[in-house]
Amino acid sequence: MNESLHLWLVPLLPFAGFLLNGILGARLPRRLVTFIGVVFPLASLLVVLNAAFATLITAAHTCEKCGPAAASVSFPYVEKFARPWLGPNWISLGALQVDFSLYLDQLSLLMLLVVTGVGFLIHIYSIGYMAGEDGYARYFSYLNLFLFFMTVLVLAGNVLLMFVGWEGVGLASYLLIGFYFTRKSAADAGKKAFIVNRIGDFGFLIGIFLLLASFGTLTFTEIAARYAGFPGINLVVLNGALSLAPAHALPSAALTTAICLCLLLGAAGKSAQLPLYVWLPDAMEGPTPVSALIHAATMVTAGVYMIARMHVLFDHSPIALNVVAIVGAATALFAATMGLAQTDIKRVLAYSTISQLGYMFLACGVAAYSAGIFHLMTHAFFKALLFLAAGSVIHAMGGEQDLRKMGGLRKEIPITFWTMTAAVFAIAGFPPLAAFFSKDAILYAAYIHGGSGKVFWFVGLVTALLTSLYMFRLWYMAFFGEPRSHDAHPHESPWSMLIPLVILAVLSICGGWIGLGDGLGRFGAFLAPSTGKLPQAATGSGGVTEIILTIVAVLVAIEGLLIADKYYRRQPERPAQIAAAYPGVYKVLVNKYYVDEFYNTAIVRPLLAISKFFLGWVVDGAILGGIAWLLGGIANLSGAILQRWQSGNLRSYAAWLAAGAAALLLFSLVELAGGWPASMHLISHVAGH
Amino acid sequence: MNLLQQDVPLTYYLLLSAVLFSLGVIGFLIKRSLITVFMSIELMLNAVNLSFVTFACQWHAIKGQIFVFFVMMVAAAEAAVGLAIVIAIFRTRGTLSVDRINLMKL
Repeated sequence: MNESLHLWLVPLLPFAGFLLNGILGARLPRRLVTFIGVVFPLASLLVVLNAAFATLITAAHTCEKCGPAAASVSFPYVEKFARPWLGPNWISLGALQVDFSLYLDQLSLLMLLVVTGVGFLIHIYSIGYMAGEDGYARYFSYLNLFLFFMTVLVLAGNVLLMFVGWEGVGLASYLLIGFYFTRKSAADAGKKAFIVNRIGDFGFLIGIFLLLASFGTLTFTEIAARYAGFPGINLVVLNGALSLAPAHALPSAALTTAICLCLLLGAAGKSAQLPLYVWLPDAMEGPTPVSALIHAATMVTAGVYMIARMHVLFDHSPIALNVVAIVGAATALFAATMGLAQTDIKRVLAYSTISQLGYMFLACGVAAYSAGIFHLMTHAFFKALLFLAAGSVIHAMGGEQDLRKMGGLRKEIPITFWTMTAAVFAIAGFPPLAAFFSKDAILYAAYIHGGSGKVFWFVGLVTALLTSLYMFRLWYMAFFGEPRSHDAHPHESPWSMLIPLVILAVLSICGGWIGLGDGLGRFGAFLAPSTGKLPQAATGSGGVTEIILTIVAVLVAIEGLLIADKYYRRQPERPAQIAAAYPGVYKVLVNKYYVDEFYNTAIVRPLLAISKFFLGWVVDGAILGGIAWLLGGIANLSGAILQRWQSGNLRSYAAWLAAGAAALLLFSLVELAGGWPASMHLISHVAGH
Repeated sequence: MNLLQQDVPLTYYLLLSAVLFSLGVIGFLIKRSLITVFMSIELMLNAVNLSFVTFACQWHAIKGQIFVFFVMMVAAAEAAVGLAIVIAIFRTRGTLSVDRINLMKL
């Protein structure tokens, strides 16, 4: 039987850190704040590692000796929490039963390892990066809060609990983007991220309601169980003993598609896909480690995770899958072109993140979920590294983020340079670095996908070229050539920032090797029970096609390097000339296709005007104000009348008092005599005699 | 020999109490001097005391008698506080006319 892994500790430990630093942090010495801020994520990481060893080693053990191990913990592992005083379930409303359960399978274990592992490294990095900042304790408490919600999101056993984590990471993201809240741009960026995410969350919420209406349950395993006998595009591999549901228990194809599209809207909001990507570039207003953790490695991949988690549904809706692929491919290409013309080092990386997330969506859209998750993992390594290295560069330049003012930093900050180099080559897809394997798997899966698969592959290939181009552009502009600004005195960062860089560099180089082999090798086999196997080519010539595609992808990456080398190292004046030759194209790219401006005029301003008129004037001014005015008027009027009684004259008060007493007396007399008519009679009787 | 056990009927005591109370009310309403108003209050209190005693005797209930003691005690305290206020008012305003002491209004 399963022994307890104490998964509840994974979210709760960072939460304890959040409470301690959030409440007491301002009064504690900095060393203690650092200790609290780092030790709780570390403890959480250790619990996750324990769970990983307990499950993985047992799996290997049973495989070798072909017998059940003594203390085996097998997937899927579920922890349910009963609340003794409120019944067994978290929410129990008639037919709506939602339990509070944590669910650990291959997919969530992998995500947990990435989240807590990269999260811990970034906590370490933050010690050095945030050393001189105000609000040090606040920063660490927010970061711990993020880890709490992210692990809840990943471990959730049902959609509703996932939604709790989903909203929670949005909150943490908002708080951290607006960390420098005295700067208006940062506060605005936080608001923008929150509001744009709200649009996506609206879709997610509708999706949850539809799920509940059509399945009557929100638990992942139960939803998957309904499809147990009805394989979609993939043969769905399910864990445990599950009963076959009759076909009529399944929602219709149209309803499934509607659910999937709603969920996709939620995923597009969180993962910054078209058309909701606009918040992510602005989110770079936050501290750089936050950009690395939340806006590159973990939170923004929640959308991909969600789609992979709900893949059973998507498998049954080819239309929705196609939409996912189209959104992913379009975002990948679109964001990559925008990344070309950016001059802010962090914004280049932000557009790169959007573009890479597009790859992951593309992978999910061609039903290659494990390829998408694989890219998610490698991306977490190299993009976190890119951001942290960029943070180290910014740190070295004394806060300068403009690429045009950098240059020649290679000699000044060698460790940052070499780790950044590893990351740049990794993201560009050079073998045998991490993204080579994951990007290749996605491109291959797209290529063999029927229908429009070749188009997706081509878009992916062009994006790969652009990726290589803008990454090497950044690399050359920052590290090569002559220093373009003499104000800064670059210096290498402290060890607490360099150690995470080195670890992530090693992961960026070696992280892809577990995916070596057919169908992503051991990685694919490991993930297959929870996300399904990778689609394989129908014909037997799969191997040759894959090799050719791989060679093409590598050539494209090298081409990107050569172009960047030509324009940004050997002829640094050429880019400006080209920009001058095609001012229209250049302007459109620099202004990011005017999407922000378009949203501003088409959505934000009309909405603001309607709000001002309808909510501000009609609701607030006329209705609420009117009611308040009416109530106030009544009180005023009655006061004006009643105040005449308060003459200040003692004798008038006394007279009222006496009159009142007399009235009471008369009343009681009448009551005693038995009502009005009888008493009138009595009085007249008395008067008569 | 108890006064109340003589031939004077109970009603007379109550009538006396009512007359005294009414006199107190009238005095309170028409007199201008604060001292006289004050004395009228005492008169009303004692009229009530008389009814209490009367009823207590009628129903052989000792509670009525006890209430009278309470009222007398409160009246004594009230007289002390009230006269102190009267003196304070006279010192600050130089008058004790009720019509002139009319600041408690809007």
